[in-house]
Amino acid sequence: MRQLPRVLHPGAWWLWALGLATAASRTTNPIVLTLIAAAAALVVARRRSAAPWALAFRLYVILGAVIIASRLLFRIIFGGGGGAHLLFTLPEVPLPEVAAGIRLFGPVAAEELLAGLYDGLRLATMLVCLGAANALANPKRLLKAVPAALYEAGTAVVVALSVAPQLAESVLRVARARRLRGGAGRGLRALPAILLPVLADALDRSLALAAAMDSRGYARAGATPSRIRAVTGALVVAGLLGVCVGVYGLLDATTPRLIGLPVLAAGLAAAAAGVALGARRVARTRYRPDRWRAAENTVAGCGIGAGALLYLTATVDPAALYPSLYPLAWPQLTVVPTLAALLAAAPAWLAPPPPVERPTTPATVDSRRTAEAVR
Amino acid sequence: MIRFERVSVTYPDTHRPVLADLSFTISEGELCLLAGGTGAGKSTLLRAVNGLVPHFTGGTLHGRVLVEGRDTRTHPPRELADVVGVVGQDPLNGFVTDTVEEELAYTMEQLAIPAPVMRKRVEETLDLLGIADLRHRPLRTLSGGQQQRVAIGAVLTAHPRILVLDEPTSALDPTAAEDVLAAITRLVHDLGVTALVAEHRLERVVHYADRILFLPGDGTLHDGPPAQILATTPIAPPIVELGRLAGWHPLPLSVRDARRAAGPLRDSLREQASPARATTNGSVAVRARGVVVRYGQLVAVAGVDLDLHAGQVVALMGRNGSGKSSLLWALQGSGPRTAGTVTVAGIDPAAVTPAKARAVVGLVPQTPADLLYHDTVAVECAAADREARRPDGSCAALLATLAEGIEPGQHPRDLSEGQRLALVLAIQLTAAPGVILLDEPTRGLDYTAKHRFAGIVRGMAARGAAVVVATHDVELVATVADRVIFLADGDMVADGPTADVMVASPAFAPQVAKILAPQRWLTVADVAQALRKVPP
Repeated sequence: MRQLPRVLHPGAWWLWALGLATAASRTTNPIVLTLIAAAAALVVARRRSAAPWALAFRLYVILGAVIIASRLLFRIIFGGGGGAHLLFTLPEVPLPEVAAGIRLFGPVAAEELLAGLYDGLRLATMLVCLGAANALANPKRLLKAVPAALYEAGTAVVVALSVAPQLAESVLRVARARRLRGGAGRGLRALPAILLPVLADALDRSLALAAAMDSRGYARAGATPSRIRAVTGALVVAGLLGVCVGVYGLLDATTPRLIGLPVLAAGLAAAAAGVALGARRVARTRYRPDRWRAAENTVAGCGIGAGALLYLTATVDPAALYPSLYPLAWPQLTVVPTLAALLAAAPAWLAPPPPVERPTTPATVDSRRTAEAVR
Repeated sequence: MIRFERVSVTYPDTHRPVLADLSFTISEGELCLLAGGTGAGKSTLLRAVNGLVPHFTGGTLHGRVLVEGRDTRTHPPRELADVVGVVGQDPLNGFVTDTVEEELAYTMEQLAIPAPVMRKRVEETLDLLGIADLRHRPLRTLSGGQQQRVAIGAVLTAHPRILVLDEPTSALDPTAAEDVLAAITRLVHDLGVTALVAEHRLERVVHYADRILFLPGDGTLHDGPPAQILATTPIAPPIVELGRLAGWHPLPLSVRDARRAAGPLRDSLREQASPARATTNGSVAVRARGVVVRYGQLVAVAGVDLDLHAGQVVALMGRNGSGKSSLLWALQGSGPRTAGTVTVAGIDPAAVTPAKARAVVGLVPQTPADLLYHDTVAVECAAADREARRPDGSCAALLATLAEGIEPGQHPRDLSEGQRLALVLAIQLTAAPGVILLDEPTRGLDYTAKHRFAGIVRGMAARGAAVVVATHDVELVATVADRVIFLADGDMVADGPTADVMVASPAFAPQVAKILAPQRWLTVADVAQALRKVPP
């Protein structure tokens, strides 16, 4: 079965990635974690588009490596001696009495190092999963999928996101132009010379954008009375706050039970009511909205399935997911986590491939230069 | 379609109205050209059409503006989005989304047009403007002409009956400008759209216009057919100036009409020698060999050999993105240079400190305001004196020779485009460089400011400076340049005396050359001198 190349709903990729991240959070087994990260990387390699945001995956992988390295480093610096298998001993730095309980350097044991590695690997894998979602789904399209009641806020976020590269471009341009005046002054004294033109530029640009948006119909009231709009907004915001508080209550075992489920339910209800009310006023339409079809179900299902499999294993057979450090033992790979990893990698074949970019005329010097500089 | 009834606009903190008691009607399917100097109120009038003035800009509007029967007093711009499409001066600043297709759909989404209709209109608009192959491209990667066409398309999809364009071709090379203007005329002729276009470079637009609204700058308005209005206006394209000089009646507005009328003029000029510009007489001021500039995979300048002579004005031409700016920055030493050598006054400007480099080569960048960061013109000038280690008052004195009417207490950002250019030029000239590079200096300048600027450039050359002007403005090149260099894809494809290079090219020939070909005349002033008449 060859699938038609198309862009998948960004929500599907995010659900898949969150499923993988959940799976990763349930284990410290380095083999399982490596498999999950490899699955994410495989899917990214096979299903990402040529768009600029797709290049961000590399950054997440690098960040993951930095996390692992720093975990190991910390274990070495702040006492890694808790274990039977001593690897090497560093000269210990004597600390005053006040810092009792803290040790600098000294003996380093394999157990401690491995604990740091497992821990770092888990965090890095979760990060790589989120990076995969970012690389596979256009973050701005996800914002477009927000309910109609949040449309205005969504647009504001999109505009804010596009300001960052513009600012970077302005800063580069002005910094370069400063050399033309001799580049006098360094450090703080140079700041106004760069900051003032950049800010003036940004202000001019925002005014132009605001005027353009206004003349193109942004925030048209249409026939909706302003009171209904106010009610919609209030409901949605209150609902979302409720959801946040509710989720916190559910996850944090120390909060009273009352703050958990009831608040979550109330928040969801309020948000749903607001969204429904907002959708009733048909003052706006969507151009080519991302549709949720079978492939979206498959991709989301793969991620959630992988997460669920490990979640279950963690309760049934925790030994397979948390390899023993005391005594030191080889991590084992059992059947269920293997299946989970395979399931996680399945979208590499099951998801439709991204549409191929047609060859186009080369970009202009300026834009390329900007892209280069921003990257 | 558009009706102004006794409209006056006054901005706060000004004593005199920008527009005073204007009444006129623009009917369906008219292509109306709005002309006038900088600060004459062109933008204000354009913005009043869709209610941005006064809803967005502030100020007081007396009288009434009716657009398809809707009063802008009760309808803010967003409620007029379905009848008026506004395209701003810099299209990139007005883009809300980030790809071509989404941008085209944006206005329709706001107007709640059903999805199937949207789909169809986007496809139609892509074809209408010839941008179908760009549909998935990010907007920032498009060239200036493409961006301008996308911006027009983005308002067209809503099927507005009125199109308002503020200087649609100011940033474009002549060919891209032709594309954009052709698209606009097609809309007017095929769909009966009413278009109101403001433009400084009248020579590009005037033959398409049905009517001209001319704002002399005192708040009043002259309104009439182009030939009649242009017979008396202080600003006029070269074709009209030539027509006035030769006494043609009615005034021709297109090159075709002018050529048909120009037979006798050509006969009388046949015996005259067209004036030769100065050729390589000065010493070599800049010697560049094998200059290469690349950004990653992209080669912006591909090995250019170049000698610039003292006392010579060189025009650097070429389409958007052909490497003009990169070459200028590389010559100045502040921009990247991947390979090659540049020698100015015995030194390589990239190898010395910026302060030393600017003492031999001065560059005025495309956005001169990037160099300005002080509160007042006086402080800015004082800082320039310090930076260049010149006696106090040098910069202010220079500025006084370049522009008049600038108060020392004014904020640099409140100056007009022409005054700001003069200020930045004065700052750069304070360091007394022997070579001046100007990157796209005439963008946003009206005819008066441009004449002034041409005088300044000739003056610098006469004092022995080597001047390079990178520009799209063929009429400016015809006026000031001794030599023209043509860049394409980073290569030098033509290099020679202005007359040789310009007259040979159909796209880059100035109007006078087109009218009087095969004779080699470039400007009205040259013709006037030959006829021993004073130029108009």
